[in-house]
Amino acid sequence: MMEMTQTISSNDCLMQLFEERREIEDYQKGVPRWCTGCGDNAILTAVQRLCRDEGLMPEKTVFVSGIGCSSRLPHYMNTYGFHGIHGRALPVAEGVKMARPDLTVFVNTGDGDCCSIGAAHWIHAVRYNMDLTMMLHDNQIYGLTKMQASPTSPIGTKSNTTPRGSYLEALNPLTVTLGISNVSFVAQVVDWIPEVLYQVISAAYHHKGFSFVRIIQRCPEWMPKLMDPWLHDPDRVLLLHHDDGIQISSSLARTYKRTEEHDPANMNRAREIASEYDPIPVGILYRNPNVACYEDLRHDPRLRTNTMIRTGIEAEFDKFTVWPEKE
Amino acid sequence: MTSTNGRNATSSNGNGNVHNRLRTTISEHIVEIISDSGEGAQKCGQSFGSIVARTGIGVWTVEIIPAEIRPPARSVAGASGNRIRIGTKRMTNGGNETDLVVAFNEQVLLGRVRTGELKHGCTILLESMWRDNPDPGVSRSYVDTVEHLVAAGYRVYEIPMEAECLKHVSDARKGKNMFALGMLCSIFGLDLQIGRDQIAMTFSKKSAQVIEKNIALLEDGYNWADANLALKYEIPAERSSEAQIVVNGNTALALGVLASGMEICAMYPITPATSASHYLSDAFEKVGGIVHQAEDEIAACAFAIGASYAGKCTVTITSGPGYSLKQEAIGLAVMGEIPLVVVNVMRGGPSTGQPTKTEQGDLMTTIFGSHGDAPKVVIAPGTIEECFYSVITARKIAETFNMVVVILSDANLATSQQPFTRPDFDESWLAPPIDQSAVPAGAKPYDWDDRTGLARRFIPGQPGGMHTLTGLAHDQNSHVAYDPEINQKGMRARSLKLAALQKTLVPPTVFGPPTGDLLVIGWGSTRGAIEEAVESLRSEGKTVSSLNLTFIQPLQPGIKEIMSGFKKVITIENNWSDDPGDEMIDENNRRYSALAMLLRSRFLVDIDCWSECRGTPLKPNTVRRVIMEKLG
Repeated sequence: MMEMTQTISSNDCLMQLFEERREIEDYQKGVPRWCTGCGDNAILTAVQRLCRDEGLMPEKTVFVSGIGCSSRLPHYMNTYGFHGIHGRALPVAEGVKMARPDLTVFVNTGDGDCCSIGAAHWIHAVRYNMDLTMMLHDNQIYGLTKMQASPTSPIGTKSNTTPRGSYLEALNPLTVTLGISNVSFVAQVVDWIPEVLYQVISAAYHHKGFSFVRIIQRCPEWMPKLMDPWLHDPDRVLLLHHDDGIQISSSLARTYKRTEEHDPANMNRAREIASEYDPIPVGILYRNPNVACYEDLRHDPRLRTNTMIRTGIEAEFDKFTVWPEKE
Repeated sequence: MTSTNGRNATSSNGNGNVHNRLRTTISEHIVEIISDSGEGAQKCGQSFGSIVARTGIGVWTVEIIPAEIRPPARSVAGASGNRIRIGTKRMTNGGNETDLVVAFNEQVLLGRVRTGELKHGCTILLESMWRDNPDPGVSRSYVDTVEHLVAAGYRVYEIPMEAECLKHVSDARKGKNMFALGMLCSIFGLDLQIGRDQIAMTFSKKSAQVIEKNIALLEDGYNWADANLALKYEIPAERSSEAQIVVNGNTALALGVLASGMEICAMYPITPATSASHYLSDAFEKVGGIVHQAEDEIAACAFAIGASYAGKCTVTITSGPGYSLKQEAIGLAVMGEIPLVVVNVMRGGPSTGQPTKTEQGDLMTTIFGSHGDAPKVVIAPGTIEECFYSVITARKIAETFNMVVVILSDANLATSQQPFTRPDFDESWLAPPIDQSAVPAGAKPYDWDDRTGLARRFIPGQPGGMHTLTGLAHDQNSHVAYDPEINQKGMRARSLKLAALQKTLVPPTVFGPPTGDLLVIGWGSTRGAIEEAVESLRSEGKTVSSLNLTFIQPLQPGIKEIMSGFKKVITIENNWSDDPGDEMIDENNRRYSALAMLLRSRFLVDIDCWSECRGTPLKPNTVRRVIMEKLG
């Protein structure tokens, strides 16, 4: 089936493109090499489904990641991808978006990548509020380097670097993010409720601005039983729903009875909810569609022609020119 | 009312205060104006440099910058101002010691005396108000200093600058600099109208009243000096027949960014690189460009890499400590073959080192830095003009070879002004538009050419080119691969590109005859001082030539052949090397300066070296002394 869409960007002149209908398989690449039961698989499935449902053009879509298990995700997407260095996925993604606002940019990062080595970039990414969709794959442990405590590991976590249990309270990514100026979208999901995972990632994608989605994700290799109490007891999950948030289907409502109608515009309540560990709040905590995007603030609507550049440079030269003596 | 040399010294003065005095013709002079921070000595010096340039006199200006923004008033370490070397010929460096200094207090003057920057017995024009200061400590310090300097042979002129300026402004701190400028115009017989025009331009954003007051101060300084000082010099010069640009190295770099067609500069504030970004922040948007001040140096580099990856070659501007922080990200650009321009305006290192001082200490870290084998291009402009063109060249190389190109400037070039021919804008400088055509079926993102290592580059948006760029070892499809053969192949391709670039370079030009007793090799900002020393020694019959290298990695061809024409070869650099005369130093442990080390390992030639890292630009006289010693 062919359908016609129109895209306009600073880089394309006005073009009409005929877009093909794509299936999930069209967005898949290779066989994921994550462990069996790893939550990353659920996230990958959700984003591939999102790409199909939104009809994203693979060549206009970029997945940017850092280092860690989470950051292998771009390799399994048949789109453009950028698998960079530890902690720096966000500034790379910001550079991509600044240079090319016409591209759809996703960021996949982990709790070590984002909340530890790249924490400075996380704070400033919220502040820049560029139109990026960020997924924090939070398994509360360093996986790829073989089990060291991460900033989000619960206190007492026994790991290879904390054999007697970790010493510090876990960092709460939600309260941190909600405390940063310009925050415009904060959500939390768990990998074992695919329906909500998909809905939230979809809402994040549709949000114009920096969408921060923390995904609580199981690590069957290093933290196999960590989330079991929540997994086995639906009442320890608090589903947030609202006309402006996500809606709970009847099938979901049969399992998850603990719900709260929460308006994502309500920052004070969002901060209270963010502080909850048990039950785990799931859904959209905060959304403000009116925060300006940095790339829009910096965007120059003029067409950058050679004549324009030349005129500008000559004017700058004029400022510093000593002219020869007139005859 | 004409002077004997034909120049009408006071024709523009217009107030009848006319003196027929002989002007002494000199070929060059070094002038300094120094004050406490915030008293405008830098503005005076820059204006003087511009006025001089307009008359056709050769000029090189150097900023004198204290380490603090507001050091305590009247402190020895707080001297702020400008050194202006002027002469009949084209000036290529800051020269030797200062001939004439205007000082707003005796303490900043003492600072300059103690660092050995002033010629012994030079002329000093000193603000005299401190003599009558109510604080006996201040007045005593002033009197003692003046007596000491006079006794030591300095020619001290005490000048009531404050009192003269108070005739025009209520706060003399906001005017003394223009009074001083007027005095300098009188001393060097400069056309006062050019001075008035310069003030109008300097204060173009201020009110007409401010401009009038400053012009009145200028004229008063001019008349005062004319009437009271017996200092009358004439520097013969002809105005250039072509338009010239007068900027410092950092502004030249920023203009180069504009002219290169790049659209994004990502940076983080760091001395002495930031002034380039200051200027760029204002000018870049006029041509649709963006300066992004990132949250840190690493983010600035990663942001630049992201933008470059998305098709728009980007520049990041920094200095040593920032460069160290960027190294991991630079390695990613090397591994992913992302074009990137990195400007490193070097300062004294290691660590925080000497932020406002100059040094050439980062050569090795730029060539070999980032872990593993990370081949990148390193170029070093040797003049202010080359600062401009180096950015255009860097962007072209970066995009042609998909490589990181590092431009090594330094605090010396960054803060020095030297006129150069106004560039004739060429559209071919600009970056080509982003290629968004579909990738041919079967093409691979790293389709390394077997001979050159070059591959075409897929840019997001190109249909059929989807791949995931990775900093991990990868095959031609950009798939992560740890296969021994594949890693070897990728390393080879990235390295071969340097050789391919090297094949396009031409041999460097020797300054002087192709044979002789000694060849001095330098790189970057030391070019002017080395060439001046070499030229003066040749005029005395010494057979010495020099070579300035702008391409450091890869090296231009023909260097070994050039060296073979000389009995001895030595590098002279502004960085660290061991003194072979030190007790502990022998050939088993002697650490050579960076370029000497490179050339020795490259050519297996016994190249000697001499270097210093005093934080100041090399002086021609120092280079002369070193050459004389080496010639024996």
